[in-house]
Amino acid sequence: MIIKSLDPRITRAGIDDESKDGIQQPMDQWHTYEVFQQKKRGTHHVHVGSLHAPDAELAVLFAKEQYARRGQCVNLWVVKTSDVFTTEYEDEDIFATTPEKKYREPEVYKVMDRIQAYKAKQNT
Amino acid sequence: MYGNAYVENTGNQNSLTAGEDPVKLAEFEARIAAGEKIEPQDWMPKEYRRQLIRMIEQHAHSEIIGSLPEGTWITRAPGFRRKLALMAKVQDEVGHAQLLYSACETLGKSREDMINDLINGKSKYSNIFNYPAVTWADSAVIAWLVDAGAIINQLTNSKGSYGPYCRALDRICAEESFHLKYGHDNVVFLATGTPKQRQMVQEALHRWWPPLMHFFGPSDKISQHTETLMKWKVKMASNDDMRQQFLDMYVPKIWDLGLTVPDPNLKKNESTGKWEYTEPDWEEFKRVINGDGPCNKERLAVRRMAEEKGRWVRNAILKKDAQYVAPLA
Repeated sequence: MIIKSLDPRITRAGIDDESKDGIQQPMDQWHTYEVFQQKKRGTHHVHVGSLHAPDAELAVLFAKEQYARRGQCVNLWVVKTSDVFTTEYEDEDIFATTPEKKYREPEVYKVMDRIQAYKAKQNT
Repeated sequence: MYGNAYVENTGNQNSLTAGEDPVKLAEFEARIAAGEKIEPQDWMPKEYRRQLIRMIEQHAHSEIIGSLPEGTWITRAPGFRRKLALMAKVQDEVGHAQLLYSACETLGKSREDMINDLINGKSKYSNIFNYPAVTWADSAVIAWLVDAGAIINQLTNSKGSYGPYCRALDRICAEESFHLKYGHDNVVFLATGTPKQRQMVQEALHRWWPPLMHFFGPSDKISQHTETLMKWKVKMASNDDMRQQFLDMYVPKIWDLGLTVPDPNLKKNESTGKWEYTEPDWEEFKRVINGDGPCNKERLAVRRMAEEKGRWVRNAILKKDAQYVAPLA
């Protein structure tokens, strides 16, 4: 049946509600890109999400429409998701500081203790 | 613009966690209890994933279908400034759908599958968009009160546990505040205008009141199922609590304009602090959500036509050797 609408444009389009066209095939929506946004000069680009695009040029255009709609952006990067190499959360422990690497932390250097002890010795 | 997920309440009490590794499940629940966000690469119960896919997908579809009743009025908006603002709003809503589809894809359902489930009628969207925007005043009431309801829901859900969904909602809420102001401005303009304008907005409000009361869904059944979804921070507030919040914030603003809503029993009980109202017609709600509403067919047909008519553009720039990769976060 042809759709009759309150909106004259829809009625004029003569849409058949039995139509089966429009069904998506895999990759119809292209592949995904990750979007990085820089809010102001001097700050890091930060990952803000992803989108679908056929190529990098259009990905930048879509990134502007989807992630930078109300200003607060001076620069955008897009990277194909498949080009991003990531660590796994399961391996989160690789980032932990182990006790034997304490020499890399500022607070393990207790010079004042040594200075105090030295001064005390001088005065005796 | 979105009301609330229609949480399925079927199966036995332990169905949500059946077959899950108890150690992993305990770790997962402890992380949520500690306020951590779950990321796509993390372990999660199968039901957590399934419920979130359904909920985020419904939300995405609602944004895109929700832009149709309003989009109807772009060509006939009174005045150039309102036409520009309405175009910007509709564009925002379609953008919100893109953000939400991307968030949903991180859980493993492809964009194409979501679009197909929508146009085949398998996936739901917010029931309110199965009603027509008969006059310009209807579009004003939608922009004010439907968006108001959506903001309540979205702010609540943005405190949930799934990282990509929360981040998409934060972004969406920032844009919705313009919609609310724009809608309020349009309603106030009509309500303080000529008697004919006032009558127009009053009639629109009467038309939209029943769907607005349906917007947050029926009262939740108290069950183990709901409790688990709340513990997992998939569902953040009960449907009734959100409806109360909506009434509390907006009924006084409606009455302030001297407008009425079609419910003689609506009043705030000062001793309980709760709003009392006539129970909405949940039979109608069920009937419409299952396909028998005034605009269900039109909404899906228009959506399907957009895919069909846009195909040549996608084909023209299709990369034949491209491979699908689900987004990262």
